[in-house]
Amino acid sequence: MKHTISVIVENKPGVLHRVSGLFSRRGFNIESLAVGTTDNPEISRMTIVAEGDEQTLEQIIKQLYKQIDVLKVFDLPAEEAVERELALIKVHASEKTRGEITQIVDIFKARIIDVAQDSLTIEISAEKHKVEDMQKLLEKFGIQELVRTGKIALQRGPSTSSGQGGKE
Amino acid sequence: MELTGAEALIESLKKEGVEHIFGYPGGAVLPIYDALYKEKAIQHILTRHEQGAAHAADGYARVTGKVGVCMATSGPGATNLITGIATAYMDSIPIVAITGQVATALIGRDSFQEADVTGITQPITKHNYLVKNAEDIPQIIKEAFHIAKSGRPGPVVIDIAKDAQTKKFKFKYPDKIDLPGYKPTLKGHPRQIKAAAKMISICQRPVIYAGGGIIISGATKELKEFAEKMNIPVTTTMMGLGAFPDDHELALHMLGMHGTAYANYAVQECDLLIAIGARFDDRVTGHLATFAPKAKHIHIDIDPAEIGKNVQVDVPIVGDAKQTLRDLIAKVEIERGKHEAWLKQIEEWKKKYPLTYKKGKYLKPQYVVEMIYQVTKGEAIICTEVGQNQMWAAQYYKFNKPRTWVSSGGLGTMGYGFPAAIGAQVGKPDAIVFDIAGDGSIQMNIQEMVTAVNNKLPIKIAVLNNCYLGMVRQWQELLYEKRYSATDLYNNPDLVKVAEAFGAAAMRITKPEEVKKALEKALKIKDRPVLMDFAVNKEENVFPFVPPGQAINEMLID
Repeated sequence: MKHTISVIVENKPGVLHRVSGLFSRRGFNIESLAVGTTDNPEISRMTIVAEGDEQTLEQIIKQLYKQIDVLKVFDLPAEEAVERELALIKVHASEKTRGEITQIVDIFKARIIDVAQDSLTIEISAEKHKVEDMQKLLEKFGIQELVRTGKIALQRGPSTSSGQGGKE
Repeated sequence: MELTGAEALIESLKKEGVEHIFGYPGGAVLPIYDALYKEKAIQHILTRHEQGAAHAADGYARVTGKVGVCMATSGPGATNLITGIATAYMDSIPIVAITGQVATALIGRDSFQEADVTGITQPITKHNYLVKNAEDIPQIIKEAFHIAKSGRPGPVVIDIAKDAQTKKFKFKYPDKIDLPGYKPTLKGHPRQIKAAAKMISICQRPVIYAGGGIIISGATKELKEFAEKMNIPVTTTMMGLGAFPDDHELALHMLGMHGTAYANYAVQECDLLIAIGARFDDRVTGHLATFAPKAKHIHIDIDPAEIGKNVQVDVPIVGDAKQTLRDLIAKVEIERGKHEAWLKQIEEWKKKYPLTYKKGKYLKPQYVVEMIYQVTKGEAIICTEVGQNQMWAAQYYKFNKPRTWVSSGGLGTMGYGFPAAIGAQVGKPDAIVFDIAGDGSIQMNIQEMVTAVNNKLPIKIAVLNNCYLGMVRQWQELLYEKRYSATDLYNNPDLVKVAEAFGAAAMRITKPEEVKKALEKALKIKDRPVLMDFAVNKEENVFPFVPPGQAINEMLID
């Protein structure tokens, strides 16, 4: 089963290695990993999407907690989270196809952020499956390059990572 | 007070009460060794290999309960520490390993003797640091010692860039630590304690399965009180030897692959298994699905990640062993005399399947260990190497006190015992320290003989010499139809001559009747190590033996 795991860490050298290393050592494959600082520049938040069984996940969360630089870890079930992924897609666009591409961009509430003679670069920020749907629709025009950030997520509603649970 | 980073390091170590450092110098730690040169409060013990330094720091920590310190230069010096650090990590031993690193300007350029030490040691340390600023040294030392010894102990590596060792700054030792991500749970949850107490009060056939956590937490007194009050037999893991007196009537001795038959039978038949400071290692459980099949499980451990890792637990208690046992003793009431039928059954197993070996005209390794026990009156610190020597030492020496058993459990490091004995003897100068060794293992760190000679350490090395890598040979005999691939050490050097060349005393013992006299003679040598080369029965096996992947009651007894 796929899990989205949020890991709040102290922004110290080597912390990414510590966290990602744990996943590979315990046989958990990381599908995507997004890292950035939080509102506090000394604290970073990693959002990791990984696949594995419940018992392995529990073991990984416990092992993550044991890391001195890890402040908090939680599993974010999809129904309790708002999730987004950002993608930039450079697609081949001739005068003939430009109109159709623009329509697709509008439908997905994406944006064109760069225009060239025979290509367009599109920015989409959406749930993962929407990013993938749009990618599929654009394929026939010829995708020249594509980059995705991996998923980021926050809990729905008023609760925050600093207010919930915490390290025992 | 303006100090260089190196001087600040030494001052910080003194603040942490460090009296001994085991180490080996080199280019990237020259400033530290220069600061040590004039230092009186810290004794540096020069080993002949960095691996020896790491194991010595580990042995020192195991017998004293203090943090052991080792030091090495960058690159190869640091990588030579790795086996020692991994050994300490697997057995939860508090050591601080200080390594030099190339100057910050040279880091990342494949400089001479550069290795990514924090990267390499990340999976085998509780925590590690790369120090690039001299000013950070005091705070990092304070944190490192706190992390190494608190909670579930473990090794911490501090890799210090050379320029951080030489830069001067105003030294002040911090009095506070701020580690928001590190707060070990010491007190078990009251609701779980209550649930455990209830389970204990209604069980019929309980067994306590005690591990190294009892020794680390200093809970031997509490364990004895708990076991006696509830009338519950106690088996210990190999790491838990000394946690419960071997001569106690409730003692089942060691369980697992080479445990006693009665301990393994008791575990397989019990209806409640109380695991304390133990981690259900595969050498203990055998085939996991068949382990303690009739039992409910209470698991007490300071490390939450150990609970539920290998077995499903009915009552998990995250907490310090000593504290939790105290809470349990206060909570559980049970009338004395309960479990009588169960204890009677165990008595029968003990009578029917005692730990024993066939005596004959040959010199038996088990007999050597029994005689070591006899002549030392059970008062020695026993270090071991890994393999048959280790198992015979565990089986035939009786341990009644904590911190008298020094052996590599988790990692199973051959070559550990002798340097660990050096650390043990430095930490406990008045104790009788033995290294029970095999002829294979002793050769892995034999160079430390000169360290022991130079420091006048009267370590007794008892080599159970069967001219084989005995444990591997045993597996080849029993599981690979006697194909002794690469285990015959027929071309061993003359260990007596080797020891003498290093300046140690040495003797060879070939007959059973010579053993006692040789040991008594060895005990009288107080100014240097003594190696006793016991020419033991070559194809002796360790029994009981649970073949890998079997249930622990499916053991070969002889």
